Amino acid sequence: MTDISLSQTADLTVRAQTARRAGAGDTRFRLTSMAAAILVLLIFAGVIASLILGSMPAFKAFGFGFITTEAWSPARDRFGALGPIYGTLVTSAIAMLIALPVGIGIAIFLTELCPRMFRRPVGIAIELLAGIPSIIYGIWGLFVFAPWFQGAVQEPVMNAVADVPVLGTLFGGAPYGIGIFTAGLILSIMILPFIAAVTRDVLETVPSVLKEAAYGVGATQWEVIRKVALPFARNGVVGGAMLALGRALGETMAVTFVIGNAHRIAPSLFAPGTSISAAIANEFTEATTEVYTSALIELGLLLFVITFIVLAAAQLMVRSMEKGQGK
Amino acid sequence: MVVNRALYFRRRLANSAFIVLSFSAALFGLAWLGFILWALLSNGVAALGPHLFTETTPPPGSQGGLSNAIFGSVVMSLGAVVIGTPIGIFAGTYLAEYARYGKLAFVVRFVNDILLSAPSIVLGLFVYELVVVPMGHFSAIAGIVVLAVIVIPVVVRTTENMLLLVPDSLREAASSLGAPRNFVIKLVTWKAARAGIITGALLAIARISGETAPILFTALNNNFMSTDLTKPMASLPAVIFQYAISPYEDWHDLAWAGALLVTITVLTLSIIARILGNQKRT
Repeated sequence: MTDISLSQTADLTVRAQTARRAGAGDTRFRLTSMAAAILVLLIFAGVIASLILGSMPAFKAFGFGFITTEAWSPARDRFGALGPIYGTLVTSAIAMLIALPVGIGIAIFLTELCPRMFRRPVGIAIELLAGIPSIIYGIWGLFVFAPWFQGAVQEPVMNAVADVPVLGTLFGGAPYGIGIFTAGLILSIMILPFIAAVTRDVLETVPSVLKEAAYGVGATQWEVIRKVALPFARNGVVGGAMLALGRALGETMAVTFVIGNAHRIAPSLFAPGTSISAAIANEFTEATTEVYTSALIELGLLLFVITFIVLAAAQLMVRSMEKGQGK
Repeated sequence: MVVNRALYFRRRLANSAFIVLSFSAALFGLAWLGFILWALLSNGVAALGPHLFTETTPPPGSQGGLSNAIFGSVVMSLGAVVIGTPIGIFAGTYLAEYARYGKLAFVVRFVNDILLSAPSIVLGLFVYELVVVPMGHFSAIAGIVVLAVIVIPVVVRTTENMLLLVPDSLREAASSLGAPRNFVIKLVTWKAARAGIITGALLAIARISGETAPILFTALNNNFMSTDLTKPMASLPAVIFQYAISPYEDWHDLAWAGALLVTITVLTLSIIARILGNQKRT
């Protein structure tokens, strides 16, 4: 009897030790993973803090006038962000105007119209293209697209609209090839695969029962897509479009090559300009004075704030859609 | 039965118009993308050759390759993956295994998705202030840090998604056998999600191998072969940028060759990731 009870207690101590050791490993493991998660928060906080700290000298020198002045003169240490802000907003607007309808068109083509045989290969090709680095689009824009655009589009368009009141100003000036409009076009080509891939994924979540029911009462393909599929997927499409807008706003290399790097707001869309990201990429390593560097960092802060708002809104849209599906 | 022919005709017309528009959108988009790939291939292949891998970047007007840039890209990408992947996996594990519905997890998820799409040039500015300013000069270490900052959110997102795909019954089965939580995670859920997690790491490498903007203010560039991590280091994207905006023809050729190498790397990684990801599902 005693022997048994003795061995039992011994056994229990060993078990307790093992359990305690496993418990300690457990705590360590949980804390490690929690620390990693908190590190993500710290990176985010660090980005904001470093941008604010870095832009203090420029903020002290120019105040809120920084956002509303156009003058950008490193020689006199005067900096205003209006030109880059204008460039960023206008190039992104042009990109979205073109890429959104075309991207949704591609997505509809892929989910509803494409012969089943080509659906997968074309879909995969588009996903792969969405991953191509932006510098590739930039170098292509500079060496191939801009020269072609200059001769084949800009000159004829400029000649055609030269005497039309509004269009004449909007598309006036000299055909440089590079400029705000070219940058917007390159951007649109770059975000096109992204929009198409996201929209396709969203459209594929539309339950086929819904579509079949609509076809069953005699709706045409157009009616099914416009009145059943798109309304069902609306939040996802809008969220995807806003993610694409976030990319377009912050895109650097595809824009830097072809925007022309001129810190002024010209009335013509064909004229060279600059964007926030292009200004930072081009001038940061050449900035000699503290205020110059700081002005560029303040540009970065503005860019971060703008994209943060767009991306946060996009996330809310996508989340609300996932919730609607009961995920 | 009354058939409204006009209405019927109008609906048919709208439908055909829509189909034509949708087809032309697809053609239009794919044509541009094909145009880019063709330009890349025709200009890049002409400039390819073994010298790219054996010689360093030349001064204008003389022969040379991209060996220092290729070396720098490989070193910095590997460094970033070695640092960023474990952090990303642990953070993703925390989100999926420990705090699935917690407040902290909600905030981390939100912030992570913002970082995932935040402009990389802004992250470059952050690491410039964090590493380059205290060190006093540009360095490969700063390049590694900024690329790791880009890697982490990608790995966090894929790890969490993949772990959530693992059925809870597996976790419950392991727990009911008395396995502590960390054993459940290490031996069961990580194993079940392994292919997906590797896919995430590969996608992260694909993402950083073309990153240019943040490299410009961290690792800068270097015209010579350098193995010193505390000194500026060349990388393919930085060399492509420098050479493409230069006025020299032979530099343009090297830029195209570099662009082709980067694209081939990215596409290969994405395709491997895709094959691995598909294996997981079947």
